[in-house]
Amino acid sequence: MEKGMNLKLKVWRQKSTADKGGIVDYNVNNVSPDMSFLEMIDVLNEDLVKKGDDPVAFDHDCREGICGMCSMFINGEAHGPNRGVTTCQLHMRSFKDGDTVYVEPWRSEGFPVIKDLMVNRGAFDRIQQAGGFVSVNTSGRTMDANAIPIPKEDADKAFDAATCIGCGACVATCPNGSAMLFVGAKVSQFALLPQGQVERKDRVLNMVKQMDEEGFGNCSNIGACEVQCPKNISLEVIARMNREYLTANVKPEN
Amino acid sequence: MELNSKIPDGSLDQKWTKYKGNVRLVNPANKRSIDVIVVGTGLAGASAAASLAEMGYSVKALCFQDSPRRAHSIAAQGGINAAKNYMNDGDSTYRLFYDTIKGGDYRSREANVHRLAEVSANIIDQCVAQGVPFARDYGGLLDNRSFGGTQVSRTFYAKGQTGQQLLLGAYSALSRQIGKGTVEMLNRHEMLDVVIVDGKARGIIARNLVTGELERHSAHAVVLCTGGYGNVFFLSTNAMGSNVTAAWRAHKRGAAFGNPCFTQIHPTCIPVSGDHQSKLTLMSESLRNDGRIWVPKHKEDVEAIRAKRLKPQDIPEDRRDYYLERRYPAFGNLVPRDIASRAAKERCDEGFGVNATGEAVYLDFSSAIIRYGKAQANVKGIHNATDQQIIELGTKVVEQKYGNLFQMYEQIVAENPYTTPMMIYPAVHYTMGGLWVDYELMTSVPGLYACGEANFSDHGANRLGASALMQGLADGYFVLPYTIGNYLADEIRTGKISTQSPEFEEAEKNVRKQIDSLLNNNGTEPVDHYHRRLGKVMWNECGMARTEKGLKWAIAEIQQIRKEFYANARVPNQSLYMNTELAKALRVADFIDLGELMCWDALNRNESCGGHFREEYQTEDGEALRDDENFKYVSAWEWSGDPSAPKLNKEELIYENIKVQQRSYK
Repeated sequence: MEKGMNLKLKVWRQKSTADKGGIVDYNVNNVSPDMSFLEMIDVLNEDLVKKGDDPVAFDHDCREGICGMCSMFINGEAHGPNRGVTTCQLHMRSFKDGDTVYVEPWRSEGFPVIKDLMVNRGAFDRIQQAGGFVSVNTSGRTMDANAIPIPKEDADKAFDAATCIGCGACVATCPNGSAMLFVGAKVSQFALLPQGQVERKDRVLNMVKQMDEEGFGNCSNIGACEVQCPKNISLEVIARMNREYLTANVKPEN
Repeated sequence: MELNSKIPDGSLDQKWTKYKGNVRLVNPANKRSIDVIVVGTGLAGASAAASLAEMGYSVKALCFQDSPRRAHSIAAQGGINAAKNYMNDGDSTYRLFYDTIKGGDYRSREANVHRLAEVSANIIDQCVAQGVPFARDYGGLLDNRSFGGTQVSRTFYAKGQTGQQLLLGAYSALSRQIGKGTVEMLNRHEMLDVVIVDGKARGIIARNLVTGELERHSAHAVVLCTGGYGNVFFLSTNAMGSNVTAAWRAHKRGAAFGNPCFTQIHPTCIPVSGDHQSKLTLMSESLRNDGRIWVPKHKEDVEAIRAKRLKPQDIPEDRRDYYLERRYPAFGNLVPRDIASRAAKERCDEGFGVNATGEAVYLDFSSAIIRYGKAQANVKGIHNATDQQIIELGTKVVEQKYGNLFQMYEQIVAENPYTTPMMIYPAVHYTMGGLWVDYELMTSVPGLYACGEANFSDHGANRLGASALMQGLADGYFVLPYTIGNYLADEIRTGKISTQSPEFEEAEKNVRKQIDSLLNNNGTEPVDHYHRRLGKVMWNECGMARTEKGLKWAIAEIQQIRKEFYANARVPNQSLYMNTELAKALRVADFIDLGELMCWDALNRNESCGGHFREEYQTEDGEALRDDENFKYVSAWEWSGDPSAPKLNKEELIYENIKVQQRSYK
């Protein structure tokens, strides 16, 4: 087998939320270009464990870009240098021998660090709990699934918005720490579907209220979130959410 | 152990209706004072927790991830089956039932499977009402596609992200209840024991994965929706965190484990590329709607491809072996997964594998691209379209259908699958086995339930594609909410259950002891070392093909791995706070025990059926040879206290409505 790359890592280590934390240098050698970025971190961790050191804590689960758990800020970019992928889908062939790589956690008031590269994204759950649903009980006694035809274009747009994986890259990359791409995606999905109409106003008002309470910043149309979103969620969803929010505020309840 | 499947009387299509009509109920006021714990928040767990909370029960739900939205159901790609017959192609409840029993190679329960087929249509109605954006046609109605082992199109889908959309639907229902305060959600928590008081499940011991503290949680019933155990093979398409610990700890407390050796090896996964690999990636079965599987007919072409002298595109049609179409003309590329996997293995074993390791076959979309391209050219009124135009138009159609899968493939392999055929090979994907449950989804421990992939019940020896999502949601939304009442009706006078009893004390002490011993082991090898070794043994001896000799060897080898693991595993012990290696070590300990049980089960089953292929038992043309006279039963294994001496119980399978015959897809 051909010899792999040697990399210098500068990894954020932080023992706990209260700890100050700082960058620690590591060398990782013989990295195969076919490894994913997380598999490279696995190699580092296996070394650390063998030495009796504490391995780097990081979130990860599905390792195929859909669960939204992995969350690394690599060389100043959420999920690293490639577009439309999560960290677990980033492969080492995107780096070259001798590279220095900075690895940091998501940084935002809304996402406190738990340990090292792992953050608490509970705020996203709470925003969802505030209104990210259709209030229909799970009895199965609803109308037939084909009772309301939905124009394909609307269904496709709703789907595109719904592909958000809730990873938080948008927040991490936004200079304002805004969560509007995430919230806009959920608001858009339901606003575009007939099933979402009944609670349309309350939904956007409640979700935005929760978003503000969590300490996320406002959108100032920078657009970094769209660029670094691993699912290519469009800025359109923010525009739509603003429209929804405005309409909900202007028109009094019935 | 006595196994009572509690299948209701009456004709097959009336059993569930009659059951629901007579089952005991708990009135709304009483429900509020009854606690239920749901472990896991995938499709089964999230839907069960949401439904039970809506009904009025007081629910506590746990997941090991940082949010319930991340459970591994999210990664399911292709679709969900339902007997809607929207396509008017001859589908019906009975046909879905029949396909599932036959697909499972006659090793599942008729009554459970029929119920699943009955409620399947409701799932689609429910999900659409929740705002799940399924794929639609230009008329605005729901679209369907075809999956393996069926001759109808009954699979609903949302591109290659159906699991994600369904899970986010269930998560939204769960979130609604959490917001109302009817579900208490504990993220980053892992269940490490079930507590039994007076013979009934009365709570669990859980570990807070952040603080490392052990917690006691009591309830009147405990529901395990903790998924499958494919990660026993180390490399699988499961998420890194997917584990058997909750189910295994329940097993050690008296829950029988059903058919542990029934594992699904999925035919279309990205092949293993090197030792560094931490997991494998699935390419959805839906791709077999349009992709054709082949290897070269001649060894010299194989050699040339491996030496990179030839590209697959250079091999002319008459030098290709479309072996599924050749062997199974009736179902072609859409044979069930076990059959497609074995056929790929057969070709690769014969030396026709197309990559450096010799373990890969092609999945080729060029015919589909041309077919779709021609149709599109007609639709757009382009007469005399050039080949290039046709390919461009066809590529667009394929991209619309499978875009995200093709993108995933390209990320991992660094090759463009629109122009070069994909390389695929079988990999561990799903486990049909799981905790034994009766018709009510209760395990052999009263008050302890198992839903979704965690139970053994509906898929026999081989699951059909797009049926896991169906079963998870059926169990959680529509089955458990009825059946659990039958048990809880006796609990309305019980009152709050104390966590201070000696049983809770003992269970917590037990867990603490295990954690302490792992932390103070002073070993030298990281936990993954043992997991990798176990995985290799399982894949070689208890994977796609099994033999008596190999399984006996594997059992001895696993016993050795266990010994070394406890003597020499190294778990960092600086702090309990977010100790990820400790979490891993606890899971691997249980995988080792389970792996041994799987081998015992495979050794006991002297037949081949579905995903369980014992080389000694095959027909002349290499198909699985069942032995219905001696093995038409569910193996329900009982914990004896010694992982190397499990006790076998049998539940005979009774077929009243289906004629049991040799399964044929020719």
